[in-house]
Amino acid sequence: MKQDELNILIIGVGGQGTLLASRFLGDVALRLGRDVKVSEVHGMSQRGGSVETCVRIGENVASPIIDRGMADVVLSFESVEALRALEYLKPGGTVIMNTQEILPMPVISGAAVYPDNVPERLSGGNFRVIALDALSIAEKCGSAKCVNVVLLGILSAVIPGIAPDVWRQSLESVVPAKLLETNRRAFEEGIKAAE
Amino acid sequence: MKELLLGNEAVARGAWEAGVHVVSSYPGTPSTEITETLAKLSSVYCEWSPNEKVSAEVAIGAAIGGGRAMCCMKHVGLNVAADPLFTASYAGVNGGLVFAVADDPGLFSSQNDQDSRFYALSAHVPMLEPSDSAECHEFAKKAFELSEKYDTPVILRLTTRVSHSRSPVEVGERNVVPKKPYKKDIQKYVMMPGMAKKRQAIVKERDRVMTGEADAWVKLDNPGRKLGVITSGICYQYVREVFPDASVLKLGMIYPLPERSIKEFAASVEELIVVEELEPYIENYVRQLGIAYVEGKKYFTPLGELGTEKIRQSYYGTKTPVAELSEGSGLKPEDAPMRPPTMCPGCPHRGVFYTLSQLKLRVTGDIGCYTLGAAAPYKAMDACICMGASIGMSHGMEKAESVARAEAGAGDNDSDGIRGTVAVIGDSTFIHSGITGLVNIVYNKGASTVIILDNSITGMTGHQQNPTTGKTIRMEDTYPVDLTLLCKAVGVNRVRVEDPFDLKKFKAAVLEEIDANEPSVIIARRPCVLLKGVNYGKPVEIDGDKCRKCGACMRLGCPAILKTEDGRMKIDRSLCTGCEFCVQMCGFGAIGKKTEGGDNK
Ligand code: SF4
Ligand code: SF4
Repeated sequence: MKQDELNILIIGVGGQGTLLASRFLGDVALRLGRDVKVSEVHGMSQRGGSVETCVRIGENVASPIIDRGMADVVLSFESVEALRALEYLKPGGTVIMNTQEILPMPVISGAAVYPDNVPERLSGGNFRVIALDALSIAEKCGSAKCVNVVLLGILSAVIPGIAPDVWRQSLESVVPAKLLETNRRAFEEGIKAAE
Repeated sequence: MKELLLGNEAVARGAWEAGVHVVSSYPGTPSTEITETLAKLSSVYCEWSPNEKVSAEVAIGAAIGGGRAMCCMKHVGLNVAADPLFTASYAGVNGGLVFAVADDPGLFSSQNDQDSRFYALSAHVPMLEPSDSAECHEFAKKAFELSEKYDTPVILRLTTRVSHSRSPVEVGERNVVPKKPYKKDIQKYVMMPGMAKKRQAIVKERDRVMTGEADAWVKLDNPGRKLGVITSGICYQYVREVFPDASVLKLGMIYPLPERSIKEFAASVEELIVVEELEPYIENYVRQLGIAYVEGKKYFTPLGELGTEKIRQSYYGTKTPVAELSEGSGLKPEDAPMRPPTMCPGCPHRGVFYTLSQLKLRVTGDIGCYTLGAAAPYKAMDACICMGASIGMSHGMEKAESVARAEAGAGDNDSDGIRGTVAVIGDSTFIHSGITGLVNIVYNKGASTVIILDNSITGMTGHQQNPTTGKTIRMEDTYPVDLTLLCKAVGVNRVRVEDPFDLKKFKAAVLEEIDANEPSVIIARRPCVLLKGVNYGKPVEIDGDKCRKCGACMRLGCPAILKTEDGRMKIDRSLCTGCEFCVQMCGFGAIGKKTEGGDNK
């Protein structure tokens, strides 16, 4: 990926904490003195629907939206959401995904099928896949809610050129103080898991 | 200092720095965060009002009184506030008056895709359109000055992608603006025909003068190229990416439109296109100026939102390559099952819609989280049009039916074989515009049954207080509207409060009320599961030995109940809220919370 431009598409299920992840990345970009745009989704789809947010970092970012084939990284909070987001990924891009499966209502009611072995089947395409059980890591750190920060830890280990201190400062500024300890652990465990 | 602000937060910040005194709004995605942000800032008075019409009237009053005032709403909210807007345009202002209106191209969270720019055109109210958060901040500030300078309300038009994107903003300090002195002026502020006719002429002249002002709001990129693009708002950002080498005329004021700038720009390029979302609003104007070679909707769809890819594909016919799966994977991106929004685990509305779907009633619905009752597995909604419409529609259906029956002579069920119609409406929506519908039913001797879903909050837009909750926007205690008393006061004798999670009782209540020969109201009361005070404790579990795989619990449509490979049910502990609603569904006592001894209770 180009050093001077970074498009990260975050995808997950409403309620999983994707908004915090995008704010975190926005804060990182500001600290680096880069231009940045973050697009969020509010309202209806937050109720358990599929939620996409975009983070674009560069010298002069125009559109806040990551459109078809524009993402350097897809950061997916759920297994099948990574598949859904593929149309946004550049050939040669990277998918970082939580292997957790959350069944959508049409699957629960039997109207649709949840495909098997999504992480395995994704690898082999013309892009890189980093698949980890971020939920288990988060639970080990003390809270299932930290899945987002575990994934950000993984991301920080994968994208080059950003000093670890910047990541840590941003973590402190976006996470509420009383949850900071757990989140710090989640972030470090994410980094470790990526190695 | 630079901050990364949502467009909505930047509007709030700009208005605050402009010294706004009074802000009155009704929540609506994608506009809600403007007012929420302002409520966290000092000195300004903020309120949630019952609907957009009231909020506009409060702002108009504050402005006539000499204060700077703002009201914020989503596009369909402007329909509700259109009545005061059109005449406030004649009366003009005293202190600056801004309507912040957010369109939702692509219907992320709306029931239609209307284009608010035509309101500016037909109400003769200047409209500004920012294209990122920095402009949201700047335009919001300037809107108040513009309003005072030209003695007119000003609309700040946003769209979802501007409202809900973050970009850096250089914020400043609050400018303390003294209230303007108020002078009684009947000719200006009392709009009766004689006065309004005179004001109408003043408005026409204002339009003419402001066409020149609009020229000051344009920005010209790359002058002198072959291809010229006229655009505004979020589309400007897309255009910068798709046509980096074109001449671009970016419009900041989109009503009135800058005639001189557009003519000069058109004359300076060989090919001229307009890139705008929704209707050909700018394009039509350019054609009216006699510039026949302009194109716009020939390329770019009027449906939904645009984006860099849509614009590129429509104009150049090229598709951006994307990552591809290997052939051997046997998987395509389309294999990802749809993930529509659903009612949350523990949602109190589930009890209502499960019951209505069981009874196969006809249901007129309304706007809120509970509109999801139209989705599988309940499919328990027959119509949903706009805020408050459920009550009027059920009355209309009932009256049509009674005429048909009288003329044809029908049996027990209605002519379509349905036992009855109920209107379903949320607490906030009922106060917004449902109460007038209920008055109508009583007055005109209807017999409808209205179910008010009272979850103690305005849920869908992210949990705002409303007149029934007993809290203001700043969480101060206030007098809560008593829904029971209110319904009784307008003449409904049959008003009852029921718990939607008590399925047996709730079902009996619904049956009783639809059979009653007079208007009735059931208040289905249970708080939204996402509220802070709601804590149901630990998740429930399903005892695998007791489960007979009957699937009864699955019919509730709670996302936390899953089928395992062997056909038994299990609870997803990470989703279950412990509300125990599903416990009553199981005839075999398989569902419950683990007690200390390790057994189900
Ligand atoms: S209702 Fe009870 S028996 Fe039937 S599937 Fe659910 S848990 Fe099993
Ligand atoms: S207790 Fe039952 S209905 Fe309530 S959230 Fe858990 S699984 Fe769903």
